Amino acid sequence: MILDAKIPAGPLAEKWSKHKFNLKLVNPANKRKYNVIVVGTGLAGASAAASLAELGYNVTAFCFQDSPRRAHSIAAQGGINAAKNYRNDGDSVYRLFYDTIKGGDYRAREGNVYRLAEVSVNIIDQCVAQGVPFAREYGGLLDNRSFGGAQVSRTFYARGQTGQQLLLGAYSALNRQIHEGKVKMYTRTEMLDVVVVDGKAQGIVTRNLVTGAIETHAGHAVLLATGGYGNVFYLSTNAMGCNVTAAWRAHKRGAFFANPCYTQIHPTCIPVTGDHQSKLTLMSESLRNDGRVWAPKTVELAQKLRKGELKVTDLKEEDRDYFLERKYPSFGNLVPRDVASRNAKEVVDEGKGVGASGVAVYLDFAESIARLGEDTVRAKYGNLFDMYYQITDEDPYKVPMRIYPAVHYTMGGLWVDYNLMTTLPGLYCLGEANFSDHGANRLGASALMQGLADGYFVVPYTVGDYLATIGPKPIDTTHPAFAQTKKDVEDRIQQLIALKGTKTVDEYHRELGHIMWEYCGMARSAEGLNKAKGLIAQLKVDFWKNAIVLGENEEFNSSLEKAGRVADFIELGALMIEDALNRTESCGGHFRVESQTEEGEALRDDEHFAYVAAWEYTGEDKPEVLNKEPLVFENVKLTQRSYK
Amino acid sequence: MSDFKQTFNSSLGKKLIMALTGLFLCTFLIVHVGGNLLLFSNDNGYGFNVYANFLTHFPPIEVIAYLLYACILVHALYALILTIGNRKARPIPYASAPKSPTLWSSKNMGLLGSILFLFIVIHMGDFWYHYHNDETMGFKEYRTNLATGMTVATDYRPETADFEHSVTTQGDVEIVRVKDLHARVVSSFSNLWYVILYVIAMGALSFHLLHGFQSAFQTAGWSHKKYKPFVQFVGTWLFAVIIPLAFALMPIVYYFKSL
Amino acid sequence: MNLTLKVWRQKNASTKGAFVTYKADGISADMSFLEMLDVVNEGLIHKGEDPIHFDHDCREGICGMCSLYINGQPHGPKRAITTCQLHMRTFHDGQTITIEPWRAGPFPVIKDLAVDRSAFDRIQRAGGYISVNTGGVPDANEIAISKVLADEAFNSATCIGCGACVAACKNASAMLFVSAKISQFALLPQGQPERYNRAMAMVEQMDKEGFGSCTNTGACEAECPKEISLTNIGRMNRDYFTAKFLKEEEEHKS
Ligand SMILES: Cc1cc2nc3c(=O)[nH]c(=O)nc-3n(C[C@H](O)[C@H](O)[C@H](O)COP(=O)(O)OP(=O)(O)OC[C@H]3O[C@@H](n4cnc5c(N)ncnc54)[C@H](O)[C@@H]3O)c2cc1C
Ligand code: SF4
Ligand code: FES
Repeated sequence: MILDAKIPAGPLAEKWSKHKFNLKLVNPANKRKYNVIVVGTGLAGASAAASLAELGYNVTAFCFQDSPRRAHSIAAQGGINAAKNYRNDGDSVYRLFYDTIKGGDYRAREGNVYRLAEVSVNIIDQCVAQGVPFAREYGGLLDNRSFGGAQVSRTFYARGQTGQQLLLGAYSALNRQIHEGKVKMYTRTEMLDVVVVDGKAQGIVTRNLVTGAIETHAGHAVLLATGGYGNVFYLSTNAMGCNVTAAWRAHKRGAFFANPCYTQIHPTCIPVTGDHQSKLTLMSESLRNDGRVWAPKTVELAQKLRKGELKVTDLKEEDRDYFLERKYPSFGNLVPRDVASRNAKEVVDEGKGVGASGVAVYLDFAESIARLGEDTVRAKYGNLFDMYYQITDEDPYKVPMRIYPAVHYTMGGLWVDYNLMTTLPGLYCLGEANFSDHGANRLGASALMQGLADGYFVVPYTVGDYLATIGPKPIDTTHPAFAQTKKDVEDRIQQLIALKGTKTVDEYHRELGHIMWEYCGMARSAEGLNKAKGLIAQLKVDFWKNAIVLGENEEFNSSLEKAGRVADFIELGALMIEDALNRTESCGGHFRVESQTEEGEALRDDEHFAYVAAWEYTGEDKPEVLNKEPLVFENVKLTQRSYK
Repeated sequence: MSDFKQTFNSSLGKKLIMALTGLFLCTFLIVHVGGNLLLFSNDNGYGFNVYANFLTHFPPIEVIAYLLYACILVHALYALILTIGNRKARPIPYASAPKSPTLWSSKNMGLLGSILFLFIVIHMGDFWYHYHNDETMGFKEYRTNLATGMTVATDYRPETADFEHSVTTQGDVEIVRVKDLHARVVSSFSNLWYVILYVIAMGALSFHLLHGFQSAFQTAGWSHKKYKPFVQFVGTWLFAVIIPLAFALMPIVYYFKSL
Repeated sequence: MNLTLKVWRQKNASTKGAFVTYKADGISADMSFLEMLDVVNEGLIHKGEDPIHFDHDCREGICGMCSLYINGQPHGPKRAITTCQLHMRTFHDGQTITIEPWRAGPFPVIKDLAVDRSAFDRIQRAGGYISVNTGGVPDANEIAISKVLADEAFNSATCIGCGACVAACKNASAMLFVSAKISQFALLPQGQPERYNRAMAMVEQMDKEGFGSCTNTGACEAECPKEISLTNIGRMNRDYFTAKFLKEEEEHKS
């Protein structure tokens, strides 16, 4: 299949405005005759649902939490980028565009990224008008900080909870539309399938998580804003409920899945303490501004530290290896996320890891405390230090923090064109769930920007174009596709309920996580990936034989909920491995050990891999088909990243 | 009008009623304790009896007095209404005892208030009721020599049944004849049980006001960082310490005097 | 360490619940409270018993989903954290821990320890927003807001909507939550046009939901994981009475 990304022709800066002009409009009087389904009420979903309802469409929205306000977007700490250039430090739409393309290691579309940078400025205006309490300076204007190694200060923030504040803004806009009756909100409701009528997405099947009721909902268009799938690794910084089910079900109904192997691994998370661990906690990237990363110089020392025979504070200066500063003299501790993560892994693999488990390195503030004083350090990072102390019971003012990388974000997702429509007509995908804007690596503070850009400023225009094309005729819910899809869902649930084996769903999930982390994590090789392929195939078979799923459908059944999600994760895992195997180059968060520079850095292969890998589902247990969307770079020159 | 009704039927409105009636009762306490301090003057009840007479015969004060009784009733009634509503808001109680750190007084306003209400009934029955309705209550005659300032007190038997009070002068001597409430005080406060009841009630008053006074300001929305410490200071020292202590000392002192 | 758990079990909203006692053995001090429950649940599932149901999602103290009343305190004995941030080192070997759901009429139990907090959503819907549509808003820096006000509004905005304030309050009052929401907008210039109507609408909805009345005990403030202060309640009261007694919120029509 030829993938048409529908990127408008013409100069980069004019693409979006020209495109907007070319999009068809729906007659205002007709808007109320359309129903749009929005699945997910994170930043992307809530903003889209509210904006579409404001335009006059009837919206039905869904989330699996008990309130739209609790979507995982709430957890974002750091901030949101926007090319406002309020600091007069040389920022511009073009610079944000360029940084994002380069940061993504040249694996994103120029057109999309430029549009993202362009609308970024409107997002901040919108949020401020809604009452989002961004940090301010004494003069009363908005404060900015530099984030994730960016050379300009373009990050807007609300202390350590930017995500919550932005989401509450979008949630309030959504609430207003619910109040006015334009949005019908379903909480604690999980989407389990897409209804496809004559090749178009025209509805969804949902399960009420409290009562187990399976229902169908019809819409002229269906928007998925269901977030990322980092939980395929079991342990990640994502919330426990984050899942791939909605996207995966859509994939099976015809939406291509793009670049599934692109995963971002964040270098500074609190390390795992044992098998009981259920999730990992992120320590903000900003800590690397003042903390120094190190590990003991020798394996013997590391062993002594692990056994407690030696205290970390007693380790002599010459026995410490500040490996980032050593290897990257000019960027030091501030190298990008993927580089920092990979180096930590290397050190641990060499046996020099610390902590009881040996899977951690130090992030040391002794030097900055000596230089700046404890009070200054407290003022800057106090809340993070407290959070660390709560979890580990160690005082980071006295002993160095222990950190280790953890899965944080997934750049891959459903393939979408410039209009954010998937390969299944009428089905749109926005936010972290799509693949569109971050290439092979996402810059800090850009996910929030993308989610809101998609929801507030892109999809309200592009959906209109599609709706105008199909016309306002009511959806025929008596079409057999509705009943059939509902039955498919019910059958699958019965299959799951019938599982009365010996292993819990969590045990399968954990096992899947181990496989993914080991072979499809920070460093990937053909050998490892091939091995993982076999392991996952086995795991899938085993799951459908030996899993324990308790209870019945007609109740609040967390065991059933999880089982459905893990079953989808297993299938997604297989596809991620397939994708990672196919991409024999290294790029961004995807590091193939076979493809590295002499210095051990990721080596791209632009000649063979400057494309989006969009996978097409062809049937149960049949190999997925790879479709390539070539990436065309007309404005930026592809270069090798170097942080030496 | 229905708008006001709706306002006062809202949870905040009902609370406002509690706060305003409560504060009004607080101001009354200041007047009451001020007057009752006369009990400590060693004048055979002269000052006190004159004061009691003034309170009951000066029309504006009489009006205020009825307002006061109304406030007590409204305060108690709304306390009841709110408490019932609050109970309904938690139909199933917790099994474990709540351990949230809060002031004891703030959690037991209902209990403290009930003690106070009971006390007020007894107290009013004892003094107010008798003062107004007890035919047997005696009178006193105070003869003050205006030149020397010396006062001599004697019992007085009124000539007519509807005698209330009189002030006359005979040369240098001012004769004041009033109902002898003081005697009632003396006799009541010689009863140990009665004294204990008073002291307990004043303890309750102290805790009730420790929370109540500043809480009323919060409820009415008159809370500001700058004035809060002042309100708290007054609430604690004046209303929870000085006033209840002064009230409590009266029966105690009289009890010991009676021994 | 080994613990005894007394857990409230209730199949659904319409059945009666009761406490069931479980042993939690071999618990590590490094576990979070919810991870301890995970371990217990794994054991139950292996035995074919229904696992203990509780709400949770982010497990880092920000989504407001977790909600347990632990030994007489919402979110457990430590201050300013949520249940998911509570670690087992706070408890000692051999301890008995009683775990209950939030108790309030407007928060009916759905299953075991999970309650329905949609009352909070309905209160927010009644007016917890600034009525602006997407697009057509002024440049973000056209509105200057004093840093103090912005910080104060932020303090109110940090509420995660967990409901611990209701759970802690002896009257099951939601005023800390509602006042935090009203305050955030009342403090900011953007919130002024609808300030008084918002206060009235949200209070009215709060009453409709059947929450109790505030008696200023301060249990909510003490238990709030985000340390939302009682000042917000004072502010809400002031705005509400101002709205009701002093402001003209309707046109005069002849
Ligand atoms: C700890 C952490 C910190 C971060 N910090 C930052 C940061 O500082 N800056 C930044 O830019 N980005 C950050 N990110 C990334 C960013 O937060 C997310 O990428 C982004 O918020 C995703 O938004 P979303 O709207 O796409 O999805 P989400 O917010 O995840 O929302 C998904 C929605 O879909 C619903 N849903 C999912 N599946 C179903 C289903 N099957 N049926 C019904 N509903 C469903 C959920 O209920 C939810 O409402 C961070 C991420 C993490 C994990
Ligand atoms: S005010 Fe505090 S306790 Fe109440 S819902 Fe908000 S965060 Fe939770
Ligand atoms: S699980 Fe999100 S706050 Fe506890």
